[in-house]
Amino acid sequence: MMSIPTIADPLPANASQVGRPLSRVDGRLKVTGGAKYAAEHNAPGLLHGYIVSSAITKGRITRVSTAAALASPGVVHVFTHENRPSLAWFDRKWKDEDSPKGSPFRPLYDAKIVHAMQPIALVVAETFEAARCGARLVEVEYEAEHHETDLRARRHHTYTPGNEKTGFEPPPKPRGDADAALKEAPVKVDAEYEQAAEHHNPMEMHASTVIFHEADDSITVYDKTQGVQGTQKYVCNVFGLPKASVRVLAPFVGGAFGSGLRAQHQLFLAVMASTQLKRSVRVELTRPQMFTFGHRPQTIQRVALGAAHDGTLTAVIHEAVQESSQFENYVETVVNWSGQQYKCENVRLEYKLARLDLFTPLDMRAPGAATGLPALECAMDELAYALKIDPVELRLKNYADVDGNSGKPFSSKELKACFAKGAERFGWARRNPEPRSMRDGKHLIGWGMASGVWDAMQVPASAKAALSIDGRLIVSSATADIGTGTYTAMSQIAADTLGIPMEQVRFILGDSSLPQAPLEGGSFTVSSVGSAVKAACDKVGARLLKLARKAHGSPLADAKDDAVEFADGRIRLKNDPARGISIVEAMRGEGIVNIEEQAQSIPNFLKHRSYKLGTHSAVFVEVRVDPDLGTVGVSRVVSAVAAGRIINPKTAASQVAGAVVGGIGMALLEETLVDHTLGRYMNHDFAEYHVPVNADVPDIDVIFVEEHDDIVNPLGVKGVGEIGIVGVPAAIANAIFHATGKRIRQFPITPDKVFA
Amino acid sequence: MSLDTQLPVSLVDAPRRESTPSPAAVPIQLQVNGRNMAIAVAPWTSLLDLLRLCLDLTGTKKGCDHGQCGACTVLVDGVRVNSCLALAVMQDGKKITTIEGLAAGDALHPLQQAFVDHDAFQCGYCTPGQICSGVGLIAEGHARTPDDIRELMSGNICRCGAYKGITAAVEQVMRSTEQGAKK
Repeated sequence: MMSIPTIADPLPANASQVGRPLSRVDGRLKVTGGAKYAAEHNAPGLLHGYIVSSAITKGRITRVSTAAALASPGVVHVFTHENRPSLAWFDRKWKDEDSPKGSPFRPLYDAKIVHAMQPIALVVAETFEAARCGARLVEVEYEAEHHETDLRARRHHTYTPGNEKTGFEPPPKPRGDADAALKEAPVKVDAEYEQAAEHHNPMEMHASTVIFHEADDSITVYDKTQGVQGTQKYVCNVFGLPKASVRVLAPFVGGAFGSGLRAQHQLFLAVMASTQLKRSVRVELTRPQMFTFGHRPQTIQRVALGAAHDGTLTAVIHEAVQESSQFENYVETVVNWSGQQYKCENVRLEYKLARLDLFTPLDMRAPGAATGLPALECAMDELAYALKIDPVELRLKNYADVDGNSGKPFSSKELKACFAKGAERFGWARRNPEPRSMRDGKHLIGWGMASGVWDAMQVPASAKAALSIDGRLIVSSATADIGTGTYTAMSQIAADTLGIPMEQVRFILGDSSLPQAPLEGGSFTVSSVGSAVKAACDKVGARLLKLARKAHGSPLADAKDDAVEFADGRIRLKNDPARGISIVEAMRGEGIVNIEEQAQSIPNFLKHRSYKLGTHSAVFVEVRVDPDLGTVGVSRVVSAVAAGRIINPKTAASQVAGAVVGGIGMALLEETLVDHTLGRYMNHDFAEYHVPVNADVPDIDVIFVEEHDDIVNPLGVKGVGEIGIVGVPAAIANAIFHATGKRIRQFPITPDKVFA
Repeated sequence: MSLDTQLPVSLVDAPRRESTPSPAAVPIQLQVNGRNMAIAVAPWTSLLDLLRLCLDLTGTKKGCDHGQCGACTVLVDGVRVNSCLALAVMQDGKKITTIEGLAAGDALHPLQQAFVDHDAFQCGYCTPGQICSGVGLIAEGHARTPDDIRELMSGNICRCGAYKGITAAVEQVMRSTEQGAKK
């Protein structure tokens, strides 16, 4: 088992741990190379699998010859659809925890090809190089069929999806008459926006290492996943294995951003090879193969806004057409935000899907919101210019205290404070709204802003807390840390609840045998698992108090539950902190060496039912545009976020700043381009698919505004994983308009569009 | 029909028909993190795969295997190198320093400590490459400003977007190294 060393705590041990900007407890492992990821668990006799990818986009395999590959030195076996083992039959067996409705893709199931670079064979060899060489020797012949991969060409061949996926809500019914109101509005904007397809591209390529245990044919799977128990369930269902034979571990995950929400095909292939060959096997994708599964879908949107001369919104129309695959109905919430973010009586929202011969899209950081909000927030900027009203003022004018879609008030919404604090830090008051009014040498300077929104969700989760007589506390849950700081935040919550110094707390995650946890996604880990950690520690605390009351001569003998607090390794009276007893003493007095408690935390549905729960942000951006080259550089970003209580301002600020970087990618760089003749993604590597590098990223100023919320969950936390990206693309696009006078509505805003 | 001949498939996936004989291992001598070793390695093995697969030094990461991301950065005779683009057999007689070789026992290298202090990482996967690259950059002595650091660290992609902390950490250690040199 790995150990997570703790760092020195700079503040007095009796201060609260929650809210402190502590360095990551797993930091030392990550800077020394000690943190091991999915492809880094080596085992004696480990075999390596290399995937052969389809050369066509749609059709069928007519012949596959593996003789040359098998004859190649070091090759042990070649798996294809012709020799795969028998597998689960029903679709439901192939579903994972993030599957939309439909028939999940089944690797090597039959001769059918449904997307470009589909995995069609796995060459397993004694060394990585021998497997790679063998993969080149597999001969495949195909019968190709006509494919459709162009969303623009298929945008009118759509259908309206229903409730296709957990967490997805179809758009609400229209309210008022938005089309008539738009027609009558004295001031209006009406335009089409486009978001390109993006791929998650975490730095760690998807990999699974399967360790085969000969003694009982069981397997230990090191998988790149955002949910070890989801992986375990998938493997058991597909291969018909009992839960006891499959343990899944993912103590460290090298980024994911959504790519680890579903069981990717390397998992299937590695488990198949291992269980068939009864050997340990690793399968690691190549970077080009990282473009062969889910992605943020390409989306074409129309946003039309109507307003009175004073800026009052009178009509909001938001329509979106998005790609899905031929075999699953991927959905995300794109348009609903437009009925929620502003007060308006006439709203019509529409969301449709077009089927393409591409792989099923997949949740990617702030799925739906990061696509829909930029269109709405660019349109708001256009409306502000049409009205000659400051963009912040226009947003305040139409500020929503109630979610117009549901009619419910927000449990808390400090967006006004985000506008005020962000604008002040940025110096927004000095802005001359006139486009092309600011220059620095030859560069055009532009200032733009936008708002953001994301849901504050909570789902059931469990955790276990074990306190030993030496004062050490081990807390565990089958959750993940994909760079989010889960290890650190959970340790802080546990330390705080029982008043134990950080260095005596250890949090364990990423093991399917631990108490139940949901996929790490949706920004709900700290609210869900954090609440479970608190609940488990509270149970330990209750047992400790019982022991403390019984201790000989205890000052707490008659203390009521709510009269005591845990701090500094002691249980003490709140109103007389000098009177108390140490935790160790209380346990020793009763001869108890270990207290172990498990707890489940479920959302307070009764409380939640009457409110809309969300996080909000305001983003202010400065860009520098080179008018000769059309290049855009982001030179300043201020992101003000309202996300309830912040457990660790240091790691939370990193998450928001990182999401801003993702937003810079969305706005300026990232698009996966399809050659529609071939039906293939053409820019499937880091040389051609551009993600922001260090030189693309300025200093990013993150502000957390104070927000108190006792409705969301007992901790008052909302999560910060997604909110940071949502407002960024629009703020950049709006800044580019301010710099150049040119309105560009297609993301990413590449130099050719600025230059044109 | 065989589409291999009819469609312009990319070279990465193009099947090669001739049988390839297994290459014979070549003896080389390396110093890895201060340890001298004599090993035999196949000529088709990259320095990255030698480190990760043969020597179990998995601190050096594989992020693309194409020299496009910098996650595999190590120091070869003190110079930062993409180990995925360096064949192991060509390192005969060289001194290799990986992330595992930077700390002096329990004492972290100043840049490792600065990465922790500035929260210059999230998932941690690009971190060893970033740190080796930063150590190489500081030794090169070309960077003067934070913008120089941003430019000269741009061969190392961080998808979590921890660039703010990375730049601050490298700058801090660069400044203290300069001051140390002046004294």
